[in-house]
Amino acid sequence: MPASLAALAVVLAAGPALTDGLGYASAGEAVFANCTSCHQIGPDARDRIGPHLNGVFGSKAGAHDGYSYSASMARAGADGLIWTAKTLDAYLENPRALVFKTRMSFRGLSDPQERADPLAYLLSFSDDPSDIPEAEPTARGADQDIDPATLALVGDPEYGEYLSGECVTCHQADGSAQGIPSVTGWMVEDFVIAMHAYKSKLRPHPVMQMMAGRLNAEEIAALAAYFKELE
Amino acid sequence: MTLNRRLFLSAAAAGAATLTAPALLAEGSGKPRVIVIGGGAGGATAARYIAKDSKGAVDVTLIEPSRAYYTCFFSNLYIGGFKEMDDLGHTYGMLSAKHGINVVHDWAVDVDPDAKTVSLAGGASLLYDKLVISPGIDFIEGAVEGWSLAAQNAMPHAFKGGTQAALLKAQIAAMPEGGTFAMIAPPNPYRCPPGPYERVSMVAHMLKEINPTAKIIIADPKPKFSKMTLFQEGWLTHYSGMIDWIGEDFGGGNVSVDANAMTITIDGETTNVDVCNVIPAMKAGRIAEMAGVTNGNWAPINPADMSAKANPDIYVLGDAADQGDMPKSGFAANSQAKVCANAVRGALTGSKVFPAKFTNTCWSLIDTDDGVKVGATYEATDEKIAKIDGFISEPGESADLRKATYEESEGWYAGIVADMFS
Repeated sequence: MPASLAALAVVLAAGPALTDGLGYASAGEAVFANCTSCHQIGPDARDRIGPHLNGVFGSKAGAHDGYSYSASMARAGADGLIWTAKTLDAYLENPRALVFKTRMSFRGLSDPQERADPLAYLLSFSDDPSDIPEAEPTARGADQDIDPATLALVGDPEYGEYLSGECVTCHQADGSAQGIPSVTGWMVEDFVIAMHAYKSKLRPHPVMQMMAGRLNAEEIAALAAYFKELE
Repeated sequence: MTLNRRLFLSAAAAGAATLTAPALLAEGSGKPRVIVIGGGAGGATAARYIAKDSKGAVDVTLIEPSRAYYTCFFSNLYIGGFKEMDDLGHTYGMLSAKHGINVVHDWAVDVDPDAKTVSLAGGASLLYDKLVISPGIDFIEGAVEGWSLAAQNAMPHAFKGGTQAALLKAQIAAMPEGGTFAMIAPPNPYRCPPGPYERVSMVAHMLKEINPTAKIIIADPKPKFSKMTLFQEGWLTHYSGMIDWIGEDFGGGNVSVDANAMTITIDGETTNVDVCNVIPAMKAGRIAEMAGVTNGNWAPINPADMSAKANPDIYVLGDAADQGDMPKSGFAANSQAKVCANAVRGALTGSKVFPAKFTNTCWSLIDTDDGVKVGATYEATDEKIAKIDGFISEPGESADLRKATYEESEGWYAGIVADMFS
């Protein structure tokens, strides 16, 4: 227990990194003033030296009609580059590191916080997930790489009980299974292996891949410990 | 909880489902008091989790006018003939009998945030230490020219479940052969983003069986909508030629209705209709405004615990909350309720408070065994509840996968109502 609690404390202490979302659109507008010599945004925006940036979140790179992109940007789009919080953040950090011969002559912003506000501003001119749930992410996902040694963790059932709130919206706590399988009474090891298989996308279900994808090893262990006790 | 609980249980056993003895609750135990307004996906879940997890250490009162709650989610499946109204009805018996929640069937008509009291239509005034408000939505007056609540029998909204959904279904069944069903779709943001379009799919499913030459018109103030590619693909596959979606570009936002003449006017052109489903622009349920926690149409909240930005002792859940990226859905309200319950319990009893995590998935049925879904995970940032990751069904999926998706939605329904009411 003390070991697992200590590990949990580390996870919780790392909270700020996990909650590192986008910044403030209002502050981003001022930063965007540095971009307006080339890019327009808003109801009357048109392509100028650079393309207009309405609806950039969720769009394919180099694919917006009527603008003549560099070959490099067009190729990036053809290769599958989609503008999301993560890819736009990387592009703003160092444009040429992401798209080698982009024509955008901007050296980049090294401070993540400096990039967060203009990203939030750009997002305010794109689809909003609250209206169109399939809109692109607006937060940067946590790094989910796992040390295999953590598979041996002993989970904290109290934390597992809290986390299980997310599971029992679909998987019934009394173990009944209608259209959705039961998750109660599993052996801890089976549960942990199954969840990591979703996390690594070995197991093929989009809801479960998403749910497992943002649980760390500590949290999976906690859930396994909790659900084992439910019969 | 001994005295109150025993009294309550005996009252419940005697068939007196309403315990109207607030003075007793206020004096009695010295335990912290939580009042939850609204017994839907947000409120019922929050009340249940606070009571269940505090194991009697917190007095929980749930105020909900309806004795039987008919879920708005799955009401489209009722309209399409896939569910009976009885399948969608749930009662609060287990919340009182098993979890000791004081369920009061009355309207909350006012909140005094200074005195920390909630007034009920029946005259009682209840004290709280923490107040959770989950009132759902109301409609903005004058949002659709020619429509008001007074016209809701002629032109139903059917967006709060229950009797309005039953009325709309009856009107569709009574349409003349080859008649016209019109929907006035709402502007963003509104409850259940795919809801109007699943509704249209279900109406088309029913009409295809009973009235195959009938037509459907949707006047929409938006240029696009949730799951648009999937719905439009499905409409082409299952209901070719039946559905005409008029979006913002074609004047879909320039609409008025006449409930006496049964006409709608879209961008200057007037059409006779047989059924008209008007889904007006929405705002937070009125009690949120009475509690002083709204700013504009919605109630801004702190993403870490769902407390209102305007008042740390009042929490706002579900559709009424202005929270960021989560859609206004029953699933989202249920997810927010668990974060809130954990925080409220922590504040009142010192129990451990874990970091907020949120999830949503919305399933929609397009036709028999043709289910699709969209979902995402969310985290609390300083500014809002922000989307981290998500997925959506793809066009052209196999029939087996679409059938499994529909069956999964039925599993989810059983799961969420158990999570609210069991």
